Amino acid sequence: MNLFKLSAESLRPENFREHLRDPACGGFSTFEGWVRNQNEGREVMELEYQAYEPLAVKEGCRIVAEASQRYGSSKALCVHRVGDLAIGELAVWVGVSAPHRDAAFAACRFIIDEVKHRVPIWKKEHYSDGNSGWVNCEACAEQAANSRVSSSRRA
Amino acid sequence: MARRKLRIEYFAILRERAGVDCEELDTEASTPAELFEELSQRYAFPVPGQLKVAVNDEFSDWQTLLADGDSVVFIPPVAGG
Repeated sequence: MNLFKLSAESLRPENFREHLRDPACGGFSTFEGWVRNQNEGREVMELEYQAYEPLAVKEGCRIVAEASQRYGSSKALCVHRVGDLAIGELAVWVGVSAPHRDAAFAACRFIIDEVKHRVPIWKKEHYSDGNSGWVNCEACAEQAANSRVSSSRRA
Repeated sequence: MARRKLRIEYFAILRERAGVDCEELDTEASTPAELFEELSQRYAFPVPGQLKVAVNDEFSDWQTLLADGDSVVFIPPVAGG
């Protein structure tokens, strides 16, 4: 099994690991991403994940399959939350079983890194000062606005 | 000039700026690049550095020719995990 899923419900890892059991595997590695109470110096109260579901699932499944090809891992599963999450909640879970530990660790690391870069999921943080922002979007938007201002000043 | 009917779905910062989740548009835009230009003017979209585009639920090139009935999604920088 090589699978990527989205879930609007709280994640229960104890349900996932049973799917990854394999008598040929001696190593099982997991990664859990939790909602943190601060980001770049700002206090975060809660956050929201939004996904472009059809393409997120397609790209996520491609990543999980790539991990298996690249590292020879046996089974892998990645589940990502969508919707509103509180501090401390489980946002993403990755599990990989493999014949040996090296492949399990490497494939697990590969999956979470690629998911963060490639899967169309967005995160909105709500801050203690009442503001909110889409992570990685607002800074770009500001930079774009600033560069337009500075280029018009130059012109 | 040929016109085509497209379905556009918005996410994250673009959804907030557009004020709708999705819409159908009758347009002369023939590529995702032309379509984004048209919509940017209407909604004053920010232009995120790493903007990507998907056509019919698959990543696409900005110069792909759009056909009647295509669905288009613009993908601002992602932040899963």
